[in-house]
Amino acid sequence: MTEREKILGRIREALQTKATMPGAHEGEPSPALAGASTNQARAWLPSVGASEAEQFDLFARNAADLKADFQLLASREDLKSALTRLRDQEHWQRVASHRGEISDLACQALGLPVLLTDRGYDVQTLEQCDVGITECDALIAQTGGVLVTNRSAGGRALSVLPPHHVVLARREQLTADLPAAFALLQQKYAPDFPSMISFITGPSRTGDIERILVLGAHGPRKLTIFCV
Amino acid sequence: MNSFVSDFKTRATEKAGDLRHRQVIRTALRGYEIVRDKRKAAFQSWESARQAAAVTKWEAVNHLDTHLKALVAKLEARGTKVHWASNGEQAREIIAQILRDKQARSIIKSKAMTSEEIHLNHALEKEGFTVVESDLGEFIVQLRHEPPYHIVFPSMHLTRGEIKDLFQRELGDAPSDTPEDLTMVARRVMRQKYITADVGFTGANFAIAETGMISITENEGNARLTAALPKTMITLIGIEKVLPRFADLALFLPMLATAGAGQPMTCYNTMYSGPRQPGECDGPEEWHVVLLDNRRTELLADAEQRDALHCIRCGACLNVCPIFRNVGGHTYGTTYSGPVGSVITPHLRGLQEWKHLSKASSLCGACTEACPVKIDLHHHLLQNRRNASAAEPAFFERLAFQIFGIVANEPAFWSLAKKIGWLTQPWQRLVKGSPLDPARAWTKTRDLPPQPRESFKDWWRNRQ
Ligand code: SF4
Repeated sequence: MTEREKILGRIREALQTKATMPGAHEGEPSPALAGASTNQARAWLPSVGASEAEQFDLFARNAADLKADFQLLASREDLKSALTRLRDQEHWQRVASHRGEISDLACQALGLPVLLTDRGYDVQTLEQCDVGITECDALIAQTGGVLVTNRSAGGRALSVLPPHHVVLARREQLTADLPAAFALLQQKYAPDFPSMISFITGPSRTGDIERILVLGAHGPRKLTIFCV
Repeated sequence: MNSFVSDFKTRATEKAGDLRHRQVIRTALRGYEIVRDKRKAAFQSWESARQAAAVTKWEAVNHLDTHLKALVAKLEARGTKVHWASNGEQAREIIAQILRDKQARSIIKSKAMTSEEIHLNHALEKEGFTVVESDLGEFIVQLRHEPPYHIVFPSMHLTRGEIKDLFQRELGDAPSDTPEDLTMVARRVMRQKYITADVGFTGANFAIAETGMISITENEGNARLTAALPKTMITLIGIEKVLPRFADLALFLPMLATAGAGQPMTCYNTMYSGPRQPGECDGPEEWHVVLLDNRRTELLADAEQRDALHCIRCGACLNVCPIFRNVGGHTYGTTYSGPVGSVITPHLRGLQEWKHLSKASSLCGACTEACPVKIDLHHHLLQNRRNASAAEPAFFERLAFQIFGIVANEPAFWSLAKKIGWLTQPWQRLVKGSPLDPARAWTKTRDLPPQPRESFKDWWRNRQ
């Protein structure tokens, strides 16, 4: 017998005795299963407001709490100037990014040498870059976070190895809450999911020394989100 | 008394009297309850969310075989290699064999309590592999050759000064004692390690049966890097970590963050469904997932306490536990400390050796109230006590209760006992707590309430 069969056998045997479901009382029908419990999650999670304006507002507040920098920009021209401003402020020398409609635009505007990760890259070179610029799958109003996958954001490392992560999002990518974000992933990718899906909620942080917040533990110290 | 009990008692007495230790823990946890309550209040209904989470976990654990099979089929379909380990020894051997096959030298690890459970680092180091913990807290306790103090905050018992001295001694680099500077030292040390490590090792928080994914929750980005850069990735996960549906994470991720650290969401919540796929630009070429039983199926067989397998290891019950806060994490001598550790350790390592943990509780129920998946922790502590004494009754305890039964059932004996009590209690006060006191075990730290001058029976008789 393989170890797999042994473990599954022990599980089946253990489950011969039934355990009562939490909250079930004798004589009452048990609460419905098959996701009924989490399908209603939206009704219990923090509320998000109905209109787009409210949700952008909430996203901005949450992002500020997380110490991420969020800017809602009116046009692509504004995006270009916001990026070049950042480039000059932080003296970027090398940029890493990936192919994409807005990221192409951003790289052109910056006029700096760009490491594109789409077709493989040298890790040491990526580590030397000042900033990783990626697109994303969604912005989540409820949490102030960004949803990326290795397909939408140039691989697994680009959004986490350089010290500054700049996210480029389109207005219509604003998603109300977490249940909506999971629905979006299902709809966009299932069954062929990207091998990495990541909810990034603020810049990398730690509280391991006296529970005091420090940004940039291993991932980016700065997270900037531009939305056009 | 076995050595686990006496060690526990010695350490507990020492730590509970160590004011400095208590101060450090109090400082570390001071903000926790405030921010957690604020985040809980942001939920439209935290209680309904808890109920839903409990039911979902119940569903997962009570159909564990079905969910595991679905999970594994999906993982394997995308090229992940799945291994099954009945115990720690098998898991260690599986992992060591992968490292040998890959001719690996160095391993970068992100936080995994399962690896603590099977003492993985020690085994790998003995074979000559270099293992580096990348989570800052784990890195600190690794440098000190200590187990983690807390399942979520491994180094919460240390002050910045101690960490500075440690870095100075071990790394020769500690510019100051500010948390920023110290964190940056670790960041610098670790950067090259990620790039040069042959193998990345991670734990996991959830496994999704529906889509065949492993979900990892972390704040630092170290697990993200561990799963991105090395050529081979290994993930060790307890079999109970399964959730039925992808969408269940929409509830569990914010609840884990809220209960564990008072965050709306942990910084990185990442779902992996395979090694690097065709057309993808990075990620490990090989991914091994090791499913660990290690007596979880024994806990599963106990229907009364099966819900202890619902635990998502958020650490909330440790944070609120008056015992944990006073005796500290290392006193337990277990991988999982605090209330949940006291509940599950007797199942994982033997009831008679570890039953004392279930007695180290005031049964205040703070743990049960804090638990996001509504595990009935404090009743499980009582059940462990009951099971332990049913399996191995204590001779003197039984004798004492038998005598009490006879005395209490016979009015003549009872009034005699009352008289003896009246006569002797004033003398007991003179020897209270000293070795001469027959009730010393009890009176050492407590007062015996004075026996009233008039008993209820006398009062009833005389009341006209
Ligand atoms: S028992 Fe509950 S509160 Fe304790 S760590 Fe597990 S999930 Fe958290």
